[in-house]
Amino acid sequence: MSAGVIIVGAGHAGGAMAAALRQNGYADPITVIGAEPVAPYQRPPLSKAWLKGEAQQADLLLRPDSFYAEKSIGLRTSTHVAAIDRAARTVRLADGEALPYDHLVIATGSRLRKLDVPGIATPGVLELRTLADAERIRSAIRQGVRMAIVGGGYVGLEVAASARSLGAEVVVIEREQRLLARVASPELSAFFERRHREQGVSIELGASVSGFEARDGQVSAVRLADGRSLPCDVAVVGIGAQAQDELAVQAGLSCRDGIVVDELCRTSDPLIHAIGDCTQRPLPRYGASMRLESVPNALEQARQAAADLCGKPAVKSDVPWFWSDQYDVRLQIVGLPRDVASKVVRGDPSVGKFCVFHLDADGCLQALEAVNSPGEFAAARQWVGARQIIDATRAADTGLTPKQIIAAPDQPT
Amino acid sequence: MPKVTFIEHTGTRHEVDATSGLSLMRAAVDNNVPGIDADCGGECACATCHVYVEGDWLAKTGEQSDMEKSMLGFAAVTQPNSRLSCQIKVSPALEGLVVSLPEGQH
Repeated sequence: MSAGVIIVGAGHAGGAMAAALRQNGYADPITVIGAEPVAPYQRPPLSKAWLKGEAQQADLLLRPDSFYAEKSIGLRTSTHVAAIDRAARTVRLADGEALPYDHLVIATGSRLRKLDVPGIATPGVLELRTLADAERIRSAIRQGVRMAIVGGGYVGLEVAASARSLGAEVVVIEREQRLLARVASPELSAFFERRHREQGVSIELGASVSGFEARDGQVSAVRLADGRSLPCDVAVVGIGAQAQDELAVQAGLSCRDGIVVDELCRTSDPLIHAIGDCTQRPLPRYGASMRLESVPNALEQARQAAADLCGKPAVKSDVPWFWSDQYDVRLQIVGLPRDVASKVVRGDPSVGKFCVFHLDADGCLQALEAVNSPGEFAAARQWVGARQIIDATRAADTGLTPKQIIAAPDQPT
Repeated sequence: MPKVTFIEHTGTRHEVDATSGLSLMRAAVDNNVPGIDADCGGECACATCHVYVEGDWLAKTGEQSDMEKSMLGFAAVTQPNSRLSCQIKVSPALEGLVVSLPEGQH
């Protein structure tokens, strides 16, 4: 009998991979191995609807628990993989068991960056990656609780918005001079800073954390490098993530800030694919490769790898896109702001509805950041992919619909 | 549990049990119907659960929000009977609903 496919990692990518294999008619055994005690689930709601108590655990699951048995997918939760033996074509589990594979898919995701300061292990200093992490944060949030969030990235800001809407007193501490410094334009950073301040969130920019103070065995303050101490009852650290690629490195696969894969998600071993956050993937639209931490990326690569394994036509890469919800703000970003020569703001940030167009030297749209502007976002998904040239004056003219922005100027609109 | 039918672009039909109160997208995903990608998990953020509502069912699938209209407005394959299936709530009134799927969601 065929040993089938083993998928290491039961996150969004691993779960989607198993489902996509069956959709493509794969008939041999599939085993998904995950370290967490639950079936694959959606992580994005952990900082949003789930944290606010608006979603239950069943709502988070990618598929119902019964799905895996129905589709003959072996799901091994709470199971740790110790090593990949490429020569023997086996995966060795932490308890010593060796599972044979015909084909392996690595979907190990990313791990949170650790803040290396005194007091980081103090009870009450939390982080957010898993459902268990989110449960700890949720149980700490109540009216009036003082929450310090270290890191002004998307996860930190989403937690800030959710905690604030539940009545917590929130301070966000960011090392850079603006929020979202690595992942958004200054225009967007300024907008989110104002929005959070309006909601009563304190924001400390250019502030480095030097440690955590404790009282009665529980965190009581965040200490800053400038000597100040910000009192808190709970702290959440969210300072980014890195590829969880150790198994691949140890197995001798080509890795460079993630497992290097091609557009079919093949690694340097023909019997091994890798998908999701843990990969260093090509981005043909930008002639570059990078690591993407996003759900659309995980799902796209699952579809690509499944099609490849089943001998189906290649699934072409989409332009990367991301989204974030904070308060009543829906942010959608499409593309990457590479080789940007000019920016155009359309709409009015002060009313919470605007876009930032990122254009290269030829006026070609490289990326769009859309705040409460789904029409512009939907249009830009096509434009970025098609390298559409955008006229800056027309882009800024909110009297034109998104479609009219690219109509030839001499045509009646 | 109302029965609903998804017809793939290839013509393959999937009749599945949908759960009242959940979205039509959820019924497709839970039953592994190919062609509904649902990248955003039902947040109306991605437009990858696009369906064409067949026959006289369109009016029964409910009102479209401005968000849904905007997200669908630019898709090349949009038709007057286009909906995002994450925005259709399943109810007993949708027993027998038939929707077909576009060639791709991307």
